[in-house]
Amino acid sequence: MKSTIRITDSVLDPEECRRFVADNRCGGQTLFAGAVRDNTQGKKVGYLEYEAYIPMAEKELARIIRASREKWPIVKVAIHHRVGTLHVGELAVVVAVSAAHRQAAFEACMYLIDELKKDVPIWKKEFFKDGEVVVSDRA
Amino acid sequence: MKIDLLAFGPSKEIIGQQKTTLELPEGCTSDELKADLLERYPALGNVDSLRIAVNETYVIESVALSEGDEVAIIPPVSGG
Repeated sequence: MKSTIRITDSVLDPEECRRFVADNRCGGQTLFAGAVRDNTQGKKVGYLEYEAYIPMAEKELARIIRASREKWPIVKVAIHHRVGTLHVGELAVVVAVSAAHRQAAFEACMYLIDELKKDVPIWKKEFFKDGEVVVSDRA
Repeated sequence: MKIDLLAFGPSKEIIGQQKTTLELPEGCTSDELKADLLERYPALGNVDSLRIAVNETYVIESVALSEGDEVAIIPPVSGG
């Protein structure tokens, strides 16, 4: 199975991930894009800062991709995660999966973003419009 | 022996820097190091489910540390 992992401080391009997973054997391509919300539990978000333990985050992403492959007959996976300063509406993460049929592609994509949020060493810090700063432990 | 200690997110805020080098007794384990850090930085005790990674892998059961190991204090992650 081909996969690609990228942790970057550049703007994410979902279409690049979709193109990577495109494959003539696959009738299904699913793509999850996670964007910065304008509020956290009603508090207005100014911007976020993401930091990563990059070498370990890459290893953990590779591990969850291997685990997803054992569960579903998926063909290609692309996961890009952004770090640095992100503003409302910008993409923090893109997960793209392809499979022969849609069910495996949907389920594996959901699994990958759920596992990413549990185990991959990336942290966000929220800077609210009222000046409060929170080092978040909520995904 | 010397190890490199990395701290991220809330644990970095508490320790005050991302990377430090620590001198530890030979045979020190990851659990002993964690206990020592909790003693030195009591605020770490307020961070839920702090995990330890040795050389970029989560530690499930305590392991003996070796010279040159990279030990990371991993607070709950919040990526995505």
